[in-house]
Amino acid sequence: MRLTLTVNGIERTCDVHPLARLLDVLRRDLSLPGTKEGCGEGECGACSVFVDGKLVNSCLVPAMQVAGRDIQTIEGVAPSAELLDRVQEAFLRHGGAQCGICTPGMILAAKALLAEHPQPTMAQVREGLGGNLCRCTGYTKIFESVIAAAALPAIPPSAQPSALEEAKR
Amino acid sequence: MKQPHELREASVIGTSPPRKEGVAKVTGKAVYIDDLPVAGALYGVTVRSRVARGHLRGITYHPGVPWEDFHVVTAADIPGENTIALLEKDQPCLADQRINHPEEAVVLLAHPDRELCERARRLCELHIEPLPTVFDLDESLDGEVRVWGDDNILKQFSIDKGNVAEALATAPIIVEGDYATGAQEQLYIEPQGMVALASPKHGITVWGSLQCPYYVHKALATLFGFPKERVRIIQCETGGGFGGKEEYPSMLAAHAALLAWKARRPVKMIYDRHEDMLATTKRHPSRTRIRSGHDESGKLLALDIDFRLDGGAYMTLSPVVLSRGGLHASGPYHCDHVRIRARAAATNHPPHGAFRGFGAPQSVFAIERHLDKVAAQLGIDGAELRRRNFLAPGQTMATGQVVRDEIDLPELLDRALTMSDYARKRTEFARLNAESASRGTPIRKGIGLASFMHGAGFTGSGERYLASVVAVDATPQGTVRIRASSTEIGQGKDTVFTQIAQDVLGLPSHMIEVVRPDTAEVPDSGPTVASRTVMVVGKLVQSACQELRRKLSEGGLLGESYTPTEFASACDIFHQLGGVLRVESQYQQPTGIEWDDKTYKGDAYATYAWAVYVAEVTVDLTTYETRVDRFWALQDAGKIIHPVMAAGQIEGGVAQGIGFALYEKVVWKEGRMQNAQMTNYIMPTSLDVPDILVEFDDRATRLGTPAAHGPRGAKGIGELPLDGSAPAVASAVQHATGVLCGAVPMTPEDLMQALEAAR
Repeated sequence: MRLTLTVNGIERTCDVHPLARLLDVLRRDLSLPGTKEGCGEGECGACSVFVDGKLVNSCLVPAMQVAGRDIQTIEGVAPSAELLDRVQEAFLRHGGAQCGICTPGMILAAKALLAEHPQPTMAQVREGLGGNLCRCTGYTKIFESVIAAAALPAIPPSAQPSALEEAKR
Repeated sequence: MKQPHELREASVIGTSPPRKEGVAKVTGKAVYIDDLPVAGALYGVTVRSRVARGHLRGITYHPGVPWEDFHVVTAADIPGENTIALLEKDQPCLADQRINHPEEAVVLLAHPDRELCERARRLCELHIEPLPTVFDLDESLDGEVRVWGDDNILKQFSIDKGNVAEALATAPIIVEGDYATGAQEQLYIEPQGMVALASPKHGITVWGSLQCPYYVHKALATLFGFPKERVRIIQCETGGGFGGKEEYPSMLAAHAALLAWKARRPVKMIYDRHEDMLATTKRHPSRTRIRSGHDESGKLLALDIDFRLDGGAYMTLSPVVLSRGGLHASGPYHCDHVRIRARAAATNHPPHGAFRGFGAPQSVFAIERHLDKVAAQLGIDGAELRRRNFLAPGQTMATGQVVRDEIDLPELLDRALTMSDYARKRTEFARLNAESASRGTPIRKGIGLASFMHGAGFTGSGERYLASVVAVDATPQGTVRIRASSTEIGQGKDTVFTQIAQDVLGLPSHMIEVVRPDTAEVPDSGPTVASRTVMVVGKLVQSACQELRRKLSEGGLLGESYTPTEFASACDIFHQLGGVLRVESQYQQPTGIEWDDKTYKGDAYATYAWAVYVAEVTVDLTTYETRVDRFWALQDAGKIIHPVMAAGQIEGGVAQGIGFALYEKVVWKEGRMQNAQMTNYIMPTSLDVPDILVEFDDRATRLGTPAAHGPRGAKGIGELPLDGSAPAVASAVQHATGVLCGAVPMTPEDLMQALEAAR
């Protein structure tokens, strides 16, 4: 079946199996492998994406259900190739990513919780990330990353030296 | 060697730069195995036995799929030996006549259509005539049903010090106890996966999610009967391992490679979560019986430990897991008379395997729970009992190893007790619990602890046999390339190796490249296991970088201090002069380390990390839920190279240890895991993990004598937090409820049963 949707601001059209999951369409048909599959049953949150600004597990969403909708994946989070989003920046600086497999979903979940609670309490951070499993970090450095991100401006001024540059040095 | 001037002022050692591959990870650009685009790839699936043990009598391919379009592989298609070569060759790659556990692989199928592969798998029927089975560890040891070798025993040894029988006979107080730990799933979030390419000209190339490229390499060379150069293994970004990607990837790589060889096309095999949990290895379940003798002060006079592991159907790494478990079984305590009897028995469970801690979490759990039992029996506080028995430098461990680490365990304990406000809470919670009990309200509070150590690097003579090699070269542009088979699996190897190289060479991070593990590009620096990467391989990175620098200095191309530009032009000139700017460093066993594999006597590990962990819990006697409220993790693991990542290792390990203690229960039926889903195998979420306070001490460096075995005094830390977390939580549950909590996981159902039994 023919499916048209907007992904990271660009309208995309592809032919998909009628029962295909949004996760498969993103990874296989649209070549956006940043969204990960950890369990395939909505438990781990590695496949988290935004649909019309709402965080969902893309492994549980039939692709046909999101025809015409607006999808954001991890590939669409950084403002440009040279800049990182503040949440990405904070994860990099504060050890929020270890093996990295949960990181795309975790970053989207962090963005969702910061949209709801711009200055979150620790309890709100824990609650907001409750649907995203991480086996490496014990979550502590992820909590620190989210709290640190909240203190950064939402759009990073280009003059600010970023962890991206520091990582290159 | 003297360091460049600027480095003496500001070493990168002990700082926390962003992780080297971090940008790729936070932007979703890191390429994991399932992200690898492979043109024309077939999908591969595995047909597995549902029966635990039996004779394979036949295979039926039922109609319903176009079988002629499938590539089908059975044991008969294996070009070389039908085995996964590791310690022994007892485990087949594909079962031929005998089935020894549920989920044993029998047939492999490949087809371009993934959905069709799934359908075909269900249409492939295995005819298996069942044989008697054994699933219980102690029944296996009884030997009535023989499932492996002559006696089901995969490995046994004993450690003897002094005269235990005599010491027990004369000790005024004897305490006995039985302790048990369950299987635990590694539950890396990225399931296992491999892509294989086969060509008659070049042989086999495999990309995959794995910890140990050279383990896979050895297994495939044996399976195909190929010389080493015809097998190439390349690691992709790996989404967690924890031991689960130590030995099992050899099996999956073998399957993918066999299909690719038969089809002459690339084959991709990616397990879904269910298959991954059903078929891959787990932590060895354990049982331990301890009998100890004490004087009235609680001082250990004799320690008799019987430590048993369920190894599952094949040997895999069980002997080595058993070794580490046995060698940690007497804990960080001094006792003149010790006997540790250790046995690993075969059952018809899928083989158990490596999992962070590697036997030590099982045996440390037992000794720590036992000390709390002794403390309760003698009416001594658990912390005080431990203090009275701590090992001190100069004393000997069970193997006769003399403690040479610069360590002061009473000091470490005091610090942990102060941090956690242990003494006050211990009294306060006891009072509150008594009040709650008299009022009939359900909330109980507890605080408890564990003290323990973890040996860094391979057990005994393991490092000497491995003789790891690291190579370092430099390009004419001055880029230094570190070549090691150690894999980045989230622990931060790429970043820490870069820091170690920077420390020696005084170069910025971007001039150091850590080459992706690929057996065609990196020498064998051993597997990424055993808390050895920083201490053992990192030391080789350090010495290779020192050698590289010496090479440039001796040629007169590099002065005592230099700028990165000067370093680059020195490399350029060296190359122009036709020199080979590549050096290798190989592991040499330090003098003074002696180990006897036969008698289990001597220096079991070159050095240890030492720790005291404290847990505070709330138990709700209405729901029997245990919540860990706070956790303090204090350790001396030598010099910490990257404090943020080191703390991340501890926090992650504590969370896994809490899962091991309270949530993570594998439910077995006829050897098959019944809850092989994330929905009903429960790991800690962000709402379950407490505030974890991590502190590192480095007493040796404080006193001006950094530990000798790792770079800049570093030791191993990766496995350490798994050892002490579960017993600390259990100790706190005991304080809260009065129930000993001698077995984990302690789920609400288990706690309810234990409390009802105690009534």
